Amino acid sequence: MDTLLSSEGDSQRTQYPYVTGTSVIGFKYKDGILMAADMGGSYGSTIRYKSVERLKQVGKHSLIGASGEISDFQEILKYLDELILHDNMWDDGNSLGPKEVHNYLTRVMYNRRNKFDPLWNSLIIGGVKNGHKYLGSVGMIGVHFEDDHVATGFGNHLARPILREEWRADLTFEEGVKLLEKCMRNLLYRDRSAVNKLQIAKITEEGLTVSQPYSLKTFWNFAAFENPTVGATGSW
Amino acid sequence: MSSIGTGYDLSVTTFSPDGRVFQIEYAAKAVDNSGTVVGIKCKDGIVIVIEKLIASKMMLPGSNRRIHSVHRHSGMGVAGLAADGRQIVARAKSEAHNYENTYGEPIPIKELADRVASYVHLCTLYWWLRPFGSGVILGGYDRDGPQLYMVEPSGVSYRYFGAAIGKGRQAAKTEIEKLKLSEMTCRQGVIEVAKIIYGVHDEAKDKTFELEMSWVCDESNRQHQKVPEALLEEAKEAAKTALEEMDAD
Repeated sequence: MDTLLSSEGDSQRTQYPYVTGTSVIGFKYKDGILMAADMGGSYGSTIRYKSVERLKQVGKHSLIGASGEISDFQEILKYLDELILHDNMWDDGNSLGPKEVHNYLTRVMYNRRNKFDPLWNSLIIGGVKNGHKYLGSVGMIGVHFEDDHVATGFGNHLARPILREEWRADLTFEEGVKLLEKCMRNLLYRDRSAVNKLQIAKITEEGLTVSQPYSLKTFWNFAAFENPTVGATGSW
Repeated sequence: MSSIGTGYDLSVTTFSPDGRVFQIEYAAKAVDNSGTVVGIKCKDGIVIVIEKLIASKMMLPGSNRRIHSVHRHSGMGVAGLAADGRQIVARAKSEAHNYENTYGEPIPIKELADRVASYVHLCTLYWWLRPFGSGVILGGYDRDGPQLYMVEPSGVSYRYFGAAIGKGRQAAKTEIEKLKLSEMTCRQGVIEVAKIIYGVHDEAKDKTFELEMSWVCDESNRQHQKVPEALLEEAKEAAKTALEEMDAD
């Protein structure tokens, strides 16, 4: 029963996230959209799951990346699956594009937030339909926007500045991947919930590919790390 | 076939002295007077085809779809009252959806047919509801392979390897029985059923018709979809040629 003043029994106050995914980064490039996310699922401060796929296809034209509560993401994927199925069953030559999927998710997220029962995720939706590239973001409180490059969580603080400097609209696929890896490497160094196993997804007019999981090479041979205690007085 | 059920045909909750429920029989008449719907089970899938009688030249070709997808793996063709058929399809979609949500796998076709039949039957049990004036041919592909079912307005549902309802059903059934369905692929089946429909269409009594065809087979990745344009055209051509050859005799 949905009443304005719900009773104690049926109302769910703000939840706590249990298994969470960290940042997702995405940007437009020459042929479409590129997105990257690592495969970690953290259980608080423990990195519990290391093969979580956080980039998924939605219908013919869209790609979704999620950070936040993984179970809520699975629920969102179920809603999207239903949405796409019903769209396909019309069989009218039309199909939902990234803009429509983004709008649908915004409605879902915002309405859940208004019931004090949010889906604890930050989502990035990207895709290409009829030559038109689209990239948008929506969070657990329903805040949504479109941009040429977006990120969730720590990605906003660590990756976006890099993208603001180095992103261009005419990036080739190879340049885009290098840029993504630069951002992901930065996140790997600085975000404690990052895991060195990532997937990169690209979506173009032709279709979507999600790469096989792989790891980034990291560099730790900084002089300050060679002899870490040399400058410390009274080290213990 | 018609008999006067004076007095015993006013309500679906009344039996006649000879054990018939006339309202249900009248509902079946609505199906019998509609355009022919044929379904066949080939060795690798199902083909459903409909003779869609065009009521007016002003109607856009391709509109008023009579074959609907119920889920990824199944579809149904409706005959009889279109609006009643729409309700049955909506219910089937809902059943398929709920089953998958609960059990995590696509609804087995047998189960789907069962549920649709129960629903149609339900509407023959109460005096404040009327029976559905449409029958459906339901085809799908699940773990047990391709299956074809037919549900009548009485709520009865049987599994078939070839079924036909509507105006030309008698002639269509005769033709279907001549086919060796177990050796045929859907690709070949599409051509054969197109010939059947063109064959049973009554040029004199009915106006023009549009051919609507769908299939679920290995070639369509076990998804229910419209038969591809190219194959549809090929089927129509073959059917027209066969018709001309018959007329030439």
